[in-house]
Formats: sequence, C-alpha cells, structure tokens
Amino acid sequence: MNSRPDLTGRLISVVGRRVSAANEDWRGRWLSYLPTVAFLVLATIAAVTSDAFLSQGNLSNLFRQIVTNGLVSLGMLTVILSAGIDLSVGSIVALAGIVAAGLLNILPWPLAIPLAVGVAMIAGGINGTLVAGFRLPPFVATLATMSAIRGFVYVVSETPITPTDMTFGRIVASSVGPVPTPAIFMICCFMVVSLFLSRTTMGRAIYAIGGNEEAVRLSGINVRAHIMLAYLISGLFAGLAGVILASRVGIAQPSVGSGLELDAIAACVIGGASLAGGRGSVRGTFAGVLLLGLISNLLNLYNVQAYYQQIFKGALIVLAVLARRREG
Amino acid sequence: MSQADAPAPVPTAPRLEMRGISKRYDATRALRGVDLVVQPGEIHAIAGENGAGKSTLIKVLAGAVARDAGTIKIDGLETELPSPHAAHQAGIRVVYQEFSLVPHLSVAENILLGQLPSRAGGMWIDWKAAARLASAALDSLGFDVPNVRRPVESLPVSQRQMVEIAKAMLERPRILVLDEPSAVLSGGDLDRLFNAVRALRDAGTTVLYVSHRLDEVFQIASRITVLKDGGLVGTVDSASIDQPGLVRMMVGRELAEIYPARSASVGEPVLRVRNLSRSRAFREVNLDLAPGEILGVFGLVGSGRTDVVRAIFGADASTGEMTLDGRPYRPRSPGDALSQGVAMLSEDRARDGLVLQLSLRDNLSLASFSRMSRLGVISKSQQRALVTDEIAEVGIRAPSINALVRRLSGGNQQKVVVGKWLLRGARVLLLDEPTRGVDVGAKADIYRIIASLAERGKAILLVSSELPEILGMSDRILVMRGGRLVGEFSRHEATEERLLAAAAGVVEGAAA
Repeated sequence: MNSRPDLTGRLISVVGRRVSAANEDWRGRWLSYLPTVAFLVLATIAAVTSDAFLSQGNLSNLFRQIVTNGLVSLGMLTVILSAGIDLSVGSIVALAGIVAAGLLNILPWPLAIPLAVGVAMIAGGINGTLVAGFRLPPFVATLATMSAIRGFVYVVSETPITPTDMTFGRIVASSVGPVPTPAIFMICCFMVVSLFLSRTTMGRAIYAIGGNEEAVRLSGINVRAHIMLAYLISGLFAGLAGVILASRVGIAQPSVGSGLELDAIAACVIGGASLAGGRGSVRGTFAGVLLLGLISNLLNLYNVQAYYQQIFKGALIVLAVLARRREG
Repeated sequence: MSQADAPAPVPTAPRLEMRGISKRYDATRALRGVDLVVQPGEIHAIAGENGAGKSTLIKVLAGAVARDAGTIKIDGLETELPSPHAAHQAGIRVVYQEFSLVPHLSVAENILLGQLPSRAGGMWIDWKAAARLASAALDSLGFDVPNVRRPVESLPVSQRQMVEIAKAMLERPRILVLDEPSAVLSGGDLDRLFNAVRALRDAGTTVLYVSHRLDEVFQIASRITVLKDGGLVGTVDSASIDQPGLVRMMVGRELAEIYPARSASVGEPVLRVRNLSRSRAFREVNLDLAPGEILGVFGLVGSGRTDVVRAIFGADASTGEMTLDGRPYRPRSPGDALSQGVAMLSEDRARDGLVLQLSLRDNLSLASFSRMSRLGVISKSQQRALVTDEIAEVGIRAPSINALVRRLSGGNQQKVVVGKWLLRGARVLLLDEPTRGVDVGAKADIYRIIASLAERGKAILLVSSELPEILGMSDRILVMRGGRLVGEFSRHEATEERLLAAAAGVVEGAAA
C-alpha cells in the first residue's frame, strides 16, 4: 500500500480543503480562535496595566500553576469527546500524589513516579470498566469513584506525606531557560494528544463514538475498548498532574485537588468542546487552560479575593457557550 | 395580536396565502419567491425533491424560520408569524419528521402536554382521565398504540409518529401540516391516517401534506404545489396530471429512467440462511443469496424484515444456521460480519450509519482504518487517495473531503454509507430501505450504484417497503409477514397486487 495517490486526487483534495476552510466552516474556525484572542487581549491589558505581570517570577509562576489544570484537562477532553465525563480526576490527582510521596520514601524516583502514575491509571481503568463494561452513565460512575477514591486516599494516609527524596522535586522545580520544565512537559503532552486525536485510528474512533456510538459499533469498531481507553488516558493525565503537583509543593496532601474536575471541564467547554461528545479540540482546550490560568493570575496580582475569581470563571463559561450558540 | 381583537375573517379569502416567500442561508437561496395558496377545507400536497425547499417553506409557516421577503395571509389577514408560538396561536400545527416528543414521558402525557386534566383545583393530575383522553384521541384516528402509560421512547418509530399526529389533531388546528408521515407509517396505518385526515378536512381543517411519494400525493391531495431548487414550478389539480407528469415537474426527467436496465448473471449462492429465528422478531427464515443477485425482501412495518437483516449482520443475536461460501457463518458482532465481507446499510442512516458532525473523510474511513494506517497512525495521503477514489466511485457531490456530513443532502449521505462499505471491501450488502427520505434524483443515483454493484458480483439483499423500488430492482422477491417468510416471487411473477396481498395476508383472488 505504498502507491502515491494520483496527482489529480491530491489537487482536488488540496483545493477542496482550501475551499472548505474559506467558506464552509469559516465561522466555526473563527470561533475556535476566540479563547486565544481573548487570552492575547487580556495578556496585553495585563502587561500594560501591571508592572508585576511581565516579571520573570510572575510568568514562570503562571506557567507552573497551569500545568495541573492543563494535564487534567487533556484527559478530560478525551473523555468528553467520547460523550463521557470524568468527575474523579481531582481524587485521582490526590491519589497519585500520596502514592508517589509514600513510594519516594522507599523507592528511587524512576520507579516510584511511574508506579504512582500506574495506580492513577488503574483508577481510570475502574472508571472505564464501570462506564464501558457495566454501562453506568459516566456522570454517575465517576461521581461514585470520585468519592470512593478520595476515601481511599485518606485510608492510605490521613496526614500529608513529605517525600525525603527530593530529586524528582528538583526536576519539577527546574527550568529550561526561562520556561519551567513541567510547562514544557505539558506542552509536549498537548502536542502528543493532538496528534493522537487527529491522526490515529483510536483517536478518530473516540471522536466518532461521541458523535454516534451506534454508527461506530456497526462499522465494526470495538466501542467499549475505546471508551475504556478514554478513561485510562484521563487517569494517566490526572496521575501525571498529581505527581507533578505534589513534587512542586514538596508535600502530598490527601485533600488536594477537590474542584479540579470543574476547572478541567471549564477549560474544555471554553475551548469549544461539547458535553454531548464528538466536538472539541486540543488547541481550544489549551487556550481555555491559558485563559483560566491568566484570569486567576491577574486577579491575584490585583489582590482580588478568590471568591471573585470563581464568579469570573462562571461568567466566562456562560459567555463561551453563548458565543458558540449559533454554530450549526 | 390576540384573537379577541382580531377582525372577522374575510369570507371569500383563501385559508392560507403565502406570496413571494424568499429565504437565503449564507450563499444558498433556499426559497426564491414561492407562492402557496390553499383554500379552506382543502388537502394540499407540497411535492419536490429533497432540497427543493419544502422543509424551509414549512418552517417559515411554522414560525421556526424567519423569511427574508414575502407576505403571509391567513383567512385574508396579513400575519407576521415571528415565532413558533405565534404560529401556534394562529392555529398552525406542524407534525415534523423529526419528532418533537419528550422521550421519557408517557404517551398520554405527550399527547396532552400543556393540557393535562387535573383534579382538586389544578393541584393533582388526573392520570385516569389523561389515559382515557389519550386513548380516545388515538382510537378516533384508528391508531393502535396499546398502552398509553408507557414512555414514548419504548415505542417503535411508527407508533411515535402516531402519537405525534394524535397530539396535533387533538388541538383541532386551522392548518395542519404533515411532513413526510409515510417515512415511518406504512400500509394500514397510512390508510387510517388518510381517513383521519379526510375527517379532519370535513370538519374544516386545512391540511398541507408534504411528501415525495407520488402515489400518496395522488391518493390524498386535491391540489399539488411543486417546488424545485427553491423555486415554484407550479400548482396543479391532482385530477389533471398523472404520475409521470408530476415527476417531470419535480425533476425534469422521465419516471422510466429511474430504474437502471440490468442483466443479472446469477452464480452459486454465497450466503445461505437456514431456520434463522429470533424470539419475538422472526421465525424459521430460509434464504439463499448469490453473487450478482439482487434479492428483494418486501414487508410492511413490523413484519420483521429489519430484524432479519440485523441478525444476518450480527447486530442482534439469533438462532439457526448460516453459511458464507460454504463455511459456517456465525457473526457475533457487526465487526465480525464486516471482517467476513458482510455489510449493512440501515434504514436510519443518521442513527446507525453516519457520524453527522464529522467530515466526509472520517465517515468514509470509519470501517476501513486498517487499510490506511500503520500501527494505528493514519496515513493522510493513503486516506485521501482511498477516500477521493470512493467519492468518485459512488458519485458523492460535496465541496471537499473535509465537508461535514450533516451538510450533505440525504441522497449524498446515503452514498457516503454505501461508499464506507465498499471501501471496506464488502461482498454481501444488506440494504435496509436504502432510499428512505431520499429525493427522486438521488434515488436514481442510488439505484444505478446498486445495479452496478450487482454487475460486479456483489450479492445484494434489498429490504424495502416501497413496491416500485422492490419491483424495479429485484431479481427475486421474498415477502415477510408476522416474522415469517410467506412468499417468493420471480421478477416476472411479481406484481404490486400479489406482493401486497401476500404481505397483508390476503388470500389471492379473495381480495379482488
């Protein structure tokens, strides 16, 4: 199957792509840049009105802070595309942190960190089993595991754990030039997931399942396996976020991460994802993560109370959805 | 405008007078100065291909779409109809193809939505009275919906349509619009609907009947307005025109050109089915299907024809024996059937065949990822080449391979499903109502594709409730009734009367 497609076919499809970009989806495309535009506008305003915003310390702080939500949102997007939802990500973040901190006291970090992420993926696998295997509604299944996993974290350790081996913590705290290492890692994850969703058979199947599960099943694709995969991916990224968060703070709290699921869902929705499934993009989600991070950073700089940040966040979600309302 | 201050209707005016209605969506002119004049107590058909503008015209009348130009008069009084609510107030009720029912609520609640009978000063719903009223409404139409307390989602599509119609009729509207009701009703139910519609007309309701099925249009309507490409072709008395004439108005070509000429050379059976049964669906079905053959299966809604096809495709469990090329064939899933070269095209392509919000490229690829990927990574160039070839093979008309499937017409959507299976390399094609909801022009395209598939040695099982389609396309015809095969006819033996008699269980000769 290495034959080059004939030239006419290539031409037709290339021209076709231009035409479609030009008129068919111009509105959708314009809207998909809306969060990015909003981010740039806000960043410009911030740069002009606040001296502190552009300081090296603040920017690197901003990037460190969005890593957690960025990674969790990637997993959330995958699940949302499959027409699901994962409410348990906050609990999984805490689980991975506690397990990593505990293991770091008995194992070297190259073993402890993957093991902790593996435990997070097991939690994702449980979600996948409940949704794909037992056919529970995703909201109900992950609501149950959100509670159960949180409980399990407290069973493992009621008190915060401080890892003694700080090697991994130093990696997380390091920077490549001006950019924090975890932020670079996060951006790499976004690129990988973007390729996964657009270029692999599994990624396209997940999109298609969210659009019309029955059509995908009748196309001979294993729907359950792909739904399972989506929850495993969500567990993976929540786990990564958990170990990075615990290492950044230098302590693993059993209470950490509650409410993270809402931030992740917010980032996906602001980025254009449909909670009905089948629609959403990695680029949009990235912009959603940046925008949410920027807003809380700005409001911190201006010393605005955290409660107002939540009001802003809510308003932003409503605005993002309203802006897309007219799209076909 | 409230009805109380409305001046008295002008006695001689038409019930509905739409003049110069225009509507543009972006670059597409959906309606170009269409006139529609309907007299009180008339049953008036609106005919035209899909994309002719029928739906848009109806949506304008229903207040769901704002017109760009034109006037609407009801009983001689100019009306704006800015919203569905306003249209409702004006006495216009539309029964759409896509149902507007609440799936989780019961039949009775749906029929009486907004006017449920209550007791104790409106506090408590009187469920007994509600059930009685809903049953009475269905009975008066002659529709058989056994239990009005069941949720609507548990009903088959045909019964949901009955509920929808009963709901609309209960309100005794001034203008009732029925949008393609025969898409899901067939045989006796359609006859009962027609009787109910005539009774409603006699009681003074004006009925607009939208359909692309010509025989129905002639059966029910006294006048016909024909649209084409968003423009008005004309309004004619149904008595003054025949079917070929109407087709000429609709598509500008002859009826005879719709079914392609075929020379079937049938070989040894590739698929053998013996004693295939599924409880409560069908029993002891036997059939042989050969390469190059088109085997028609005719039956009324509920005869089990779709269930048989789903079982052969492995979508539902069944008992019995099947062989493919002489080897045992026991599909456990659609994937299993597909890997052995058996593909299905379902009657509800939006539900079973397509992912509407994805592109043409994605939809065509969905069943054939293994042909265009290595280690799970899709090769864009291979995919583009395969998809572009397939688009040419089945003649899909789309602006690009990245066009969203939901923006394609019904006929082109159906071609996408056919193309998907051909790309997968299917040898046995199970076609369940392949032209449902497809306009006459695209129908001819699909028939041409089916015929050329048979020429190239594919074995084709064609399930349809449209007699002309079965008669025009099949080499042999099986008839199903009540979950059993009740007759087999060769192409030469088969006539509309014989097939209908077998499907309805009428002893031949006694019916005449």
